[in-house]
Amino acid sequence: MYVLIAGGGKIGANLARSLLRDGHGHEVTLIEQRRDRYERLEHEFEHQVQMGDATEIHVLDRAGIARPPDVVVAVTGDDEDNLIICQLAREKYGVGKVVARVNDPRNQAHFDLLGISATVSATASIMALIEHEVPEHDLIHLLELRKENLEIVEVQIDKSAPAAGKRVEKLKLPDGSRLISITRNGRSEIAIGSTELQPGDQVLAILQPGKEDELRRVLLKN
Amino acid sequence: MSYGERVKALVIGCGRVGSNVALQLAEEGWEVTAVDEKEEALTRLGENWRGGFVLGHGMDVDVLREAGIEDADAVVVATNGDNTNLVVAQVAMKRFDNQCVVVRILDPARADFYRTLGLRTICPTKTAISELMDAARACEIPSREPVTTT
Repeated sequence: MYVLIAGGGKIGANLARSLLRDGHGHEVTLIEQRRDRYERLEHEFEHQVQMGDATEIHVLDRAGIARPPDVVVAVTGDDEDNLIICQLAREKYGVGKVVARVNDPRNQAHFDLLGISATVSATASIMALIEHEVPEHDLIHLLELRKENLEIVEVQIDKSAPAAGKRVEKLKLPDGSRLISITRNGRSEIAIGSTELQPGDQVLAILQPGKEDELRRVLLKN
Repeated sequence: MSYGERVKALVIGCGRVGSNVALQLAEEGWEVTAVDEKEEALTRLGENWRGGFVLGHGMDVDVLREAGIEDADAVVVATNGDNTNLVVAQVAMKRFDNQCVVVRILDPARADFYRTLGLRTICPTKTAISELMDAARACEIPSREPVTTT
């Protein structure tokens, strides 16, 4: 597989190293703009690293983007650069798969708007893990299925929740949402119509983004 | 023209280019709001600036909203970063549905490509190249003896 990586910082360099590790047999080109970094990388990666601004078309051309690569990965520290690199790769060169790093989670909406996926944000991932640990967030985002426009969330049913003691089929769940499973005392089962919710249950639900508040009202009433 | 009927423009990036665009549009009677991440940029607009000024980055949609992007008639994007400009211009077009977005792109290659994607890109580098070429061609070059080789 031929992988073009834009950005030779820690992520880009480690990624190149992992792809090149014996046995994988991948071909990698790494592009780095800063001369000091480039020189350090060149010691290790030799001809597999090139110096230049990966948002410039002639730099991408020189790196072989016209072949095109199987994957273009944009992991620079600038979200606008990562966006433009992926957009050029896809729209100008017909690259089938792009992966972009999102540095500032607030910029995620721009990536979504311009159809750039997959995206990876360390900050957003860590935030999600923190939220998973901190119970004061009553509805936890576990997984976003961006292409499907769906997400999986977890809620905990407490004693005062309107859903406590009710069967799933009796709940007026919002359109575009469905309960997946119930975890009780460490045991999980698939939620079906006759499943009765009890206080303490951890419930997984799948829903369209934006339906969280409606779901919260039906299950938790906050 | 009475207040309230004026055409509204948003100028994102208030450097040498953006500030002069803002000043000249205001001069022509437009209602102009400038956006820049540096406070010093406001001084470029002069003491008599009566238009708006919002401090913040063009990638920040809250800043764009505060600057009135939702009802701007025209958006001029001229920060000093080509990629920032390309993203902000596309956000203005696709997210806020602005019909008139003009964007400065210094790199001719990106300016040309994004023009094919429907952005109104303006490339000062290309203008400079063609003007310098014209100026060079128009020089009066003193006639020289033809070069002879032996």
